Amino acid sequence: MMSPSAVLPAEPADSAAPRRRWLSVLARTPRDTLEAAISALDPAPAWTRLRGPETGMIMVRGRMGGDGAPFNFGEMTVTRCSVALPCGTVGHAYIAGRDHRRAELAALCDCLLQTSLFAQLNEALIEPERRRQAAERDKMLRRSAATRVDFQTLVRMG
Amino acid sequence: MYVAVKGGEAAIEASRTLLAASRRGDRTLPQIEVAQIEQQLGLAVDRVMGEASLYDRELAALAIKQAQGDLQEAAFLLRAFRTTLPRFGASLPIDTACMTIARRISAIYKDLPGGQVLGPTVDYTHRLLDFSLITNEEPPCVPFADAPLATDMPRATAALEAEGLLTSEPDDGRTPPDLTREPLMFPASRAVRLQALARGDEGFLLAMGYSTQRGYGGTHPFAAEIRYGTVTVEIVSEELGFPVEIGDIVVTECQMVNQFKGSKTEPPQFTRGYGLVFGHAERRAMGMALVDRALQARELGEDVVAPAQDEEFVLSHADHVEASGFVQHLKLPHYVDFQSELELIRSLRAEAAARAETALKAAE
Repeated sequence: MMSPSAVLPAEPADSAAPRRRWLSVLARTPRDTLEAAISALDPAPAWTRLRGPETGMIMVRGRMGGDGAPFNFGEMTVTRCSVALPCGTVGHAYIAGRDHRRAELAALCDCLLQTSLFAQLNEALIEPERRRQAAERDKMLRRSAATRVDFQTLVRMG
Repeated sequence: MYVAVKGGEAAIEASRTLLAASRRGDRTLPQIEVAQIEQQLGLAVDRVMGEASLYDRELAALAIKQAQGDLQEAAFLLRAFRTTLPRFGASLPIDTACMTIARRISAIYKDLPGGQVLGPTVDYTHRLLDFSLITNEEPPCVPFADAPLATDMPRATAALEAEGLLTSEPDDGRTPPDLTREPLMFPASRAVRLQALARGDEGFLLAMGYSTQRGYGGTHPFAAEIRYGTVTVEIVSEELGFPVEIGDIVVTECQMVNQFKGSKTEPPQFTRGYGLVFGHAERRAMGMALVDRALQARELGEDVVAPAQDEEFVLSHADHVEASGFVQHLKLPHYVDFQSELELIRSLRAEAAARAETALKAAE
């Protein structure tokens, strides 16, 4: 369990930055992409489940006025999983939604990315997926940008 | 009072089967897919997630299918499902300033940093029925701008805040109270009020907000900004000890600014009403923001005279899952209760008749 207040450290430790980056990519990676990346590994990795996969909820918090004191906004479904490699490396995943397999594969990727497989998996999975996600966001933002308007004030209407 | 009854199993079973058949409708038509509801009835999905207070598009779509499109029943189903899930913790507060914007408009500034972005809106449609939808014509391809919108879109209220013309929203760093864990108590903190309003019935929020516009606790609102889009949710799990992103959710945010003449302690300035809801739901977010502002009457030293300013009235009646449960329980058998009422009425009538007869005899 995380602390109920989920206090944010002012600045995350720099050492965690690469892991944060790949975890944020994995959180948005489709299951099929994870399956493909894992099945492409030779030899196939072995792992054991430490916890889960299990589905629960996270209480999402907002801020009053957008930037004020926090309040409890509403919950979302989340699936978590923790797995270990035979060498003892442990990986974790917390992923929005209820896809157990996806959470387990993401936790496995988190393990593997901490090992000597980092370069291989980063190149085959994380980087292409990060680019795909960025392209997706860019597409959404360009679609919205096409609806940007300049209202001309003609007559005061009230 | 409801008294338990037994029996009727066969009839209940037949009724359930009939319900399933009635949900299915004409079997010569293809069955509607949950994914189709999720994609093509997206605003219904958003409303159900909001009123259930659980963000899960697929489950909300399933609930809509099961409830035959009865959105209040669907929210009830999703709220009930919620009780089967463990709570893993709370997220860091979402940052709506870093939203991936789908729509963002301001009614107080024509030109504002980032611009006015219409997004997909019915605001500029004629509200005429579109018969091309009967024949399933595909819509045209959407245009793309050469450059994307900025990923950092400052709030329209930022300029007012910088000038000190808008009440600030101090963060005291305390863990906010949670309505799902603690019973509703009065007076309620603003954090509790916002949580209750965020899951409140859209019709109720709309009506309450509308009542303030019509003079029942007027707040002179301006829609400073309405934005909707995707925000990232981050948590700090105890295994990792640092913030990690777990995915994205779509939210709509409404910032209302309202005239305020000032009080003994506060200079004249604008006050705010805040609305934040799951999915794309502007009516809901605006209703919430209007009611949030009206409920600040007590704190701002205003007279509490209208229903929308009365937090006990508003918060006790905003949740349609509770309201519907209590109203609809009247359908359950009240036979014993009613029998006693019937006997009471009969005995009162008999007494009255006897009295009248005695009085008549005395008069003779």
